Amino acid sequence: MPDIETAASQLAETLKKYKADYIEARLEQSQRSHITYRGKELESAGQSTAVGGNIRALVRGGWGFVSFNDLDDLPRRIELAVKQATLVGKEESRLAPVQPVVDTVTSKQDSPLAIPLAEKKKLLDEYNEIIWRTPRLRTSVIGYADSHKQTIFVNSPGSYIRQPRTDITLRLSAVAAGDGDIQQAGLSLGSRGDFSPMRRLHRQVEEMAKHAVALLSAPQVKGGEYTVVLDPVLAGVFVHEAFGHLSESDFVYEDDRLREIMVLGKKFGSGELNIIDSAALPGLRGSYKYDDEGVPATKTYLIQEGKLVGRLHSRETAAKMNEKPTGNARAMNYRYPPIVRMSNTYIEPGKASFDDIIAGIKEGVYAKNWFGGTTSMEMFTFSAGEAYMIRNGKIAEALRPVVLTGNVFTTLNNIDAIGNDLDMNQGGGCGKGGQFPLPVSNGSPHIRISRCLVGGG
Amino acid sequence: MENILALARKTAEAAEVFEVAAEETSVQFETNRLKHIESKQSTHLALRIIKEGRLGYATTTELDDVKSLISNAVETARFGMPAKFQLPALSSYPQIDIFDPAVEATPLEEMDKLGQELIELVISHTPEILCEAGVSKDTISVKLINSNGGQASYKKSIFSIGIYGSLIRGTDMLFVGEGRSSCNPISQPEEIANVVIQQLELAKNPASVPTGQLPVIFTPHGVASALVPSLVTAFNGKTVLQGASPIGQKLGKSVFDSKISLWDDPTIAFRPHSRPCDDEGIASRRTPLIEQGVVANFLYDLQTAALADTKSTGNGDRGGGLPAPAPSALIIATGQTTMDDMVKDIKEGLVIEQLMGAEQGNILGGDFSGNVLLGYKVESGKIVGRVKNTMVSGNVYQVLKEVTAVGSQAEWVGGFLNTPPLYCPRLSVASKG
Repeated sequence: MPDIETAASQLAETLKKYKADYIEARLEQSQRSHITYRGKELESAGQSTAVGGNIRALVRGGWGFVSFNDLDDLPRRIELAVKQATLVGKEESRLAPVQPVVDTVTSKQDSPLAIPLAEKKKLLDEYNEIIWRTPRLRTSVIGYADSHKQTIFVNSPGSYIRQPRTDITLRLSAVAAGDGDIQQAGLSLGSRGDFSPMRRLHRQVEEMAKHAVALLSAPQVKGGEYTVVLDPVLAGVFVHEAFGHLSESDFVYEDDRLREIMVLGKKFGSGELNIIDSAALPGLRGSYKYDDEGVPATKTYLIQEGKLVGRLHSRETAAKMNEKPTGNARAMNYRYPPIVRMSNTYIEPGKASFDDIIAGIKEGVYAKNWFGGTTSMEMFTFSAGEAYMIRNGKIAEALRPVVLTGNVFTTLNNIDAIGNDLDMNQGGGCGKGGQFPLPVSNGSPHIRISRCLVGGG
Repeated sequence: MENILALARKTAEAAEVFEVAAEETSVQFETNRLKHIESKQSTHLALRIIKEGRLGYATTTELDDVKSLISNAVETARFGMPAKFQLPALSSYPQIDIFDPAVEATPLEEMDKLGQELIELVISHTPEILCEAGVSKDTISVKLINSNGGQASYKKSIFSIGIYGSLIRGTDMLFVGEGRSSCNPISQPEEIANVVIQQLELAKNPASVPTGQLPVIFTPHGVASALVPSLVTAFNGKTVLQGASPIGQKLGKSVFDSKISLWDDPTIAFRPHSRPCDDEGIASRRTPLIEQGVVANFLYDLQTAALADTKSTGNGDRGGGLPAPAPSALIIATGQTTMDDMVKDIKEGLVIEQLMGAEQGNILGGDFSGNVLLGYKVESGKIVGRVKNTMVSGNVYQVLKEVTAVGSQAEWVGGFLNTPPLYCPRLSVASKG
């Protein structure tokens, strides 16, 4: 079987020769390793390698896509993709114009795969020991994974882009039990390849384990509407779920009713509110130089001074909406076609200090740390790993984990204070169209939301 | 595969090679029309070894790079968990029909037509709806050999069809949808369209519920989104072994309402989750989990079973790497009450079809809390309309301890769960006025 470099240079020669409006190929070679602990013992360690690729063809507005592990006989794969696209295509192909790019992106980052398994294991042993030192702890789960991949993107107009991508994730959770009750607390981190943030978590791990135990005696919040303060981590998940997904144009571009709702200039929040997506920020998990259609990354204002000013595009959605491409077409790996995705999404910091934000709240909820989040476009939910009552402007008793919900058309308007302490959360993974988890980051300063619906007993 | 096994055997005392090859083809519709055709070829090879008593593991897609596959497995075996089990010897498997050559033979044009018909049926009911739909056919070949002489191989076909519609009026959005899958080709789109049309009918009028305790009927989809994630975790032998399952110490005890029975069944003919053996070569069988409210069994793979001093239930699954316990297909027994009779019994309450975010809470403890993405208000025995901006919270163990009625008709949800609707006397509801 040829290596990806040989296969890519052959493709570069031949892609132009087929009867299609556009053809691209993405080839990947990757290595991964993982270590998991369940309880006191290491449960599994593994290493894997993969080689694969795909061909995507566009004919009269219809797409054909073929993915494979076997790099032999690529002409047959191209023919199949073109045949499929021809069967689909009944319209006109429209892609926003982009200059062909020939580039080799390099990384100064040492691959985390070069760090011996023994060294990673020693660190995870330390964290597990900290967790198990906590009284009333029942069990723990730790999952570490790293990957390095080299991709080559080639398309029929002449782009030839080599890009490396490295990713690290670490998830820890502590489970406490007592009186037939089971509670858990978690910590989730990620990095764009730099292993050093994984080495400094001893204090956070200790707090996480103690929190799991504290939850056993914590009450459940009474369900209803509250003034809610979100920490930067959870507010990042909030901005991703509550607004980010709605700004992905593939939901909007062919839906006239949604286009009416999402018209540029529409007011979504107060004049203080600014929301940005930027893959061009360096060193974050959603960062890259070119997206998976070979489009350079950009910084895109989605909301500026409370108004909708932009959205995320692939080449096709940009062309059909007569807007500029933003470089947000991403695929999880070679098995999937690129679709419109977020990269690094955040709320810009405002002026308020944390004390200002909670000062006037008589009874409210302070929600920290993420458990998860999801959206249906209009409505969204997100859940907090930690929650506390706020009473008379002060943080009061700890609560069981809470799930918060809202409606995008009202909740953003209900953000009435924005903090000055922006922080990016690297621990998330985004799911869409069966592609999960795609590395993204999101962030925010502390924010306050009035009248937020909280589920409870 | 034999040469990999032979080479691995030179350095390790035991070895097992597992290979999955798949061909998938799907036609996808967006905004009511054909948009995309995909085909995916994949090959995946996994090597598990026991070296000096410890487990090593590596995978690759490069079938000719045997050397690095073996050296990767050997490196991880230095740290791997001590292997407490024996790889199974050659044994016989039940005959389970899961392959129909007609799936692979279905032409793309036929799949396109099926998707179009499905969309047209839904549009003829609600012309302004925008639909996404997909029709796919997969063929999967699984092979396994180990150094104890164990071997298994089977071929499976899967045909799936699904539709997802969105109806937007002002800033009000309604999402409806349904899907089906089988090892045989599916040719009748009417049944799926009718489910979607019924959802559209029931959701026509807006309705609101008060904050407080209300009776709730979970439809099969509702059961899947609110109650099943916690049960899957709780019956996993690994969770039990760790002491993190709330029912881990309750084997043989009555924990659930006596109307509830649940089992795992990978032996049903032509179901996508059926197979003759699990991913470690242990024969498939039906495993009771809840028998009339009593906890009957937990699910095990080889290693977890050995650690728990019991036997594998044939539930070793390689979804995430090394085999781990996982259900194949879960079945909840039907009861006596029709859906109509359940609704008639409610003065004021809710029917829940989709609960969004329910799996994001304390799943281990059984707590769930979610936004009612699709649900209906019941007033004086009748469904009167769709509720929104409403949260429902509860605990699976409390909910299933006292069930008012179990539905008499079951449905498949996502190919993985077969369940009737469940009617619960009261649940905490919070709504935005």
